[in-house]
Amino acid sequence: MVEIKEIEKSFGRLNVLKGVSVSIPSGKVVAVLGPNGSGKTTLIKCILGLVIPDSGNIIIGNDNVKNSWSYRKNIGYLPQIARFPENLTVNELFRMIQDLRKGYANIAEAERCKEELVSVFNIQSFLNKHLRSLSGGTRQKVNVILSLMFDPDLFIFDEPTVGLDPISCVRFKENILKQKEKGKTIVLTTHILSEVDEMADEIIFLLEGKIYYKGSPDELKLQQQEATLERAIARLLEKNDNKINNQLPGKNN
Amino acid sequence: MFKILKYSFYDVLRSRWTVLYFLFFLVSTFALLYFSGNMSKGIVSLMNVSLTIIPLISTIFGVMHYYNSREFVELLLSQPIKRSDIFIGQYLGLSFSLSLSFVAGTIIPFIAYGIFVSSEVWNFSLLIFTGAILSFIFVGLAFLISILNENKIKGFGIAILMWLCMAVVYDGLILMVFISFNDYPLEKAAVLMVNLNPIDLSRIMILLKLDISALMGYTAAVFNQYFGTTNGMIMSLLSLLGWIVFPVLLFNFFAKRKDF
Ligand SMILES: Nc1ncnc2c1ncn2[C@@H]1O[C@H](COP(=O)(O)OP(=O)(O)OP(=O)(O)O)[C@@H](O)[C@H]1O
Ligand SMILES: [Mg+2]
Repeated sequence: MVEIKEIEKSFGRLNVLKGVSVSIPSGKVVAVLGPNGSGKTTLIKCILGLVIPDSGNIIIGNDNVKNSWSYRKNIGYLPQIARFPENLTVNELFRMIQDLRKGYANIAEAERCKEELVSVFNIQSFLNKHLRSLSGGTRQKVNVILSLMFDPDLFIFDEPTVGLDPISCVRFKENILKQKEKGKTIVLTTHILSEVDEMADEIIFLLEGKIYYKGSPDELKLQQQEATLERAIARLLEKNDNKINNQLPGKNN
Repeated sequence: MFKILKYSFYDVLRSRWTVLYFLFFLVSTFALLYFSGNMSKGIVSLMNVSLTIIPLISTIFGVMHYYNSREFVELLLSQPIKRSDIFIGQYLGLSFSLSLSFVAGTIIPFIAYGIFVSSEVWNFSLLIFTGAILSFIFVGLAFLISILNENKIKGFGIAILMWLCMAVVYDGLILMVFISFNDYPLEKAAVLMVNLNPIDLSRIMILLKLDISALMGYTAAVFNQYFGTTNGMIMSLLSLLGWIVFPVLLFNFFAKRKDF
C-alpha cells in the first residue's frame, strides 16, 4: 500500500530522518512509535506531501508522492495539531471540505457519514459555533470527523486520542477497528501503549532518525521477555542507552 | 485552482478592510473630481493618490492575508489539491478583489461625472489598468516576502521597507543621480532605472499619455523619445507584466519546496 524508500530529511542542521525505509501493508494497523522529537510527525507529513524529503521516495499505490497530488483523495489525515480557519463555524468547515473534495469522493455518502459521527461524538450543539470558540477536545472531535468522513482507503492519525474524553476515546477506537475489518490501512502514532496493544498489528519504532525496531507487539514482548509492551519498549531503549554510554570517551577510565 | 480562487476572493471581499478600501477610493475620487473641477486634472490627482496608496495597501493586505491564511492553507494541503493551485489561487483571489475595490471605487464617480462621453476616457482607462496591474504586482511581492519569512513581524517590516524604497526612496535616488551626473548623457540609464521600478514606470506611462510632458521639462523629452513610441509603450507593458510574473513564479518556486 505505502512504500517508503530511503527517506532523509533535515531541518537546517537537525538530521531528523536518516534513511527510513519501510513498507506498510494494506489492511493492517501500523503504529509508529518513538520518543518526542524522533520524527514520527515528520515521517507522516512526508507521506502527505506536507514536508518535502531531501531524498528518497514514497510510493502510494501507483503514485509517487513527489510529483502527484491526487493520491490524497484516498487519505484521511488527522494532524497532531489541528489548524482550522478560525472564523468559520464547524458546519461551514465541513461544507467547505466537502466542496473541495467534490469529484473525488461521494459527497452524499460523506454527508451521511458526518451526520453519524456528529452524533457518535455528541457535538450537535457545536455545529454552528465558530472554531475559535471550541474547547481543545471538541476541536479534536472535529479533526477526527474530518479525517473519517470521506471513507478513504488509507487513514493517517497523528496522536488521535489526545484531548478526547474516555467515552470518545473508546468510540474512536471502535471506529478504527471497524475500518480495519473493512480492509482499510491505518497508520497511527501515539504515546499510549495500551492503544497499541489494543489495535496495532505492527510497530515501527523510530529512534534517532532510523527505524530501531519493526515487528508485531507480541514479537517484541517475546523478544525482550517482558509481559507488557511498556516494559518491552523500556528494555529496548535501555539497551540503546547502554550502547551509547559505552561509546562515550573516558567511560572506562 | 478556481475553487481556491473563489474562496479567497469572497473571503477577502467580505472583510471590513476591503470595504474600507473601496470607500476610500469612492470618497477621494468624488472629492478630487469636485475640487479639481475638470476631468483631466482629476485624473492627474487621482493618479498621484493611486500610485502611492495602491502599492502600500496591496503590500499590507498581501502580507496580512498570507500570514492569516496559514491555517486555511495547511488544511488544504492535506486535501487532494495541487500545491501551486492553493498558493496561486490565493494570490489571484486577493489580487482580483483588491483590483475590483479600486476599479469600482474610482469608476463610479467618473461615470457620475460623465467619463464615457468625454475625451479623457482612454486616459482614465489607462489609469484604471495600471492601478489594477500595480495591485497584482505588490500582492505578488508581498507574498514572496512573506513566504521567505516565517516570522510575521519581520515579514511585515521587510514588506513595508520595500514599499518605502519603491514609492519614496527610489525617486530621490533618481533625482540625485540626475543632479550629480548632469553633464553626462543619461537617457539610457534613466530609461533603465524607470523600468526597474513599477511605480515610476506606471507614472511615466500615464503622464505621457496625458500629454502634459511639457510640464516636466528636459527629462520628459528624453522619456518621450522612448516611452512615447509604440515600441516603448509595448516595452513598458511587458516590463510591468514581468513585475507580476517573476515574483509570482519565484513565490511558487518557494511554495513548492516549503515544509508545513
Ligand atoms: N518545520 C520544522 N522546522 C524545523 N524543525 C522541525 C520542523 N518540524 C519538525 N522539526 C523538528 O524535527 C524533530 C522531529 O519532530 P517531529 O514533530 O517529527 O517529532 P515527533 O516524533 O512527532 O514528536 P512528538 O512525539 O513530540 O509528536 C523535532 O526536533 C522538531 O523540532
Ligand atoms: Mg508528533
